[in-house]
Amino acid sequence: MVVNVAIAEDNDAVASDDELALIEALCVGLPLDPRPYKVLASRLGMTELEVISSLESLIGRGIIRRLGVVVQHRRLGYTANAMVVWDIPDEMVDEIGKRMGEVDFVTLCYQRPRRAPDWPYNLFCMVHGSKRETVLKQVQNLADELGIDDISNEILFSSRQFKQRGARYKNGRKQ
Amino acid sequence: MFETDKKLLNDYQRDFPLVPRPYAEIGKSLGISEGEVIEDFTRYIENKTISRIGAVVKPGTIGVSTLAAMKVPQEKLIEIAKIVSSFDEVNHNYEREHSFNLWFVITAPNQTRLNDVLAEIENKTGTTPMSLPMERDFHLDLGFKLKW
Repeated sequence: MVVNVAIAEDNDAVASDDELALIEALCVGLPLDPRPYKVLASRLGMTELEVISSLESLIGRGIIRRLGVVVQHRRLGYTANAMVVWDIPDEMVDEIGKRMGEVDFVTLCYQRPRRAPDWPYNLFCMVHGSKRETVLKQVQNLADELGIDDISNEILFSSRQFKQRGARYKNGRKQ
Repeated sequence: MFETDKKLLNDYQRDFPLVPRPYAEIGKSLGISEGEVIEDFTRYIENKTISRIGAVVKPGTIGVSTLAAMKVPQEKLIEIAKIVSSFDEVNHNYEREHSFNLWFVITAPNQTRLNDVLAEIENKTGTTPMSLPMERDFHLDLGFKLKW
């Protein structure tokens, strides 16, 4: 299964209302019941088989990127968590973003708006590691590999986690 | 950590079995019972090793979200972080080492509610959040490879 930016822009990648209801029901996690899909089905007025085939379809269309265990990095010893922000020239951000998003130790890679004068950075990526030095080395390698070591960046390590859980939606619908 | 724990945590981050009894199927491949698999996952959730078994959804599929940052005086950080975390719409909230030292993600059903939450946070904390909504997503989330 390959999910990529191209698929994300396809019409096929729009979820129906029933599918959105299923995604919402999954927000708090798959029930820890021997028949978890049946539990979801009974909440939604669907059959177990319909839940399973909807999930297959959502995954196949790239709307659900993955179904499975969502680990808490910190609890597993990955305490060095860096958000690295870069000021990439607009005409290069597409190419650099795509290449950065493919690097194996990069766990998120987003383009976001600049906010002058406080915030000049338009490309964000996340790197997790057990030690700060490892993460710093990885960031240096990343800059070297992508040829952006002369581009201004900042590395923001997280020091305290106040809250982390999956998103919750109340009758959330794409607007 | 036991071998079974490592496998349960690393190998089932994606392609979770889509069969009527997924925990039984996982147990079968690891040589343990369905009940033990459910017990183990329950324990990981209780001790916060995992947040859930869930679906990671393409951004923008459902609701709207933004990453927001604030500059907060150090002595007020805990108090203000608590206010921010108290919103149901805030699902991540971190201190980071920077003059923008509080970073959080807001997810809401629509843009109106998202703007309201930003305004309420500003009212309650006296600090204006800088909102940085995602414009493009370049990453393909395949889960996080754990190295033991």
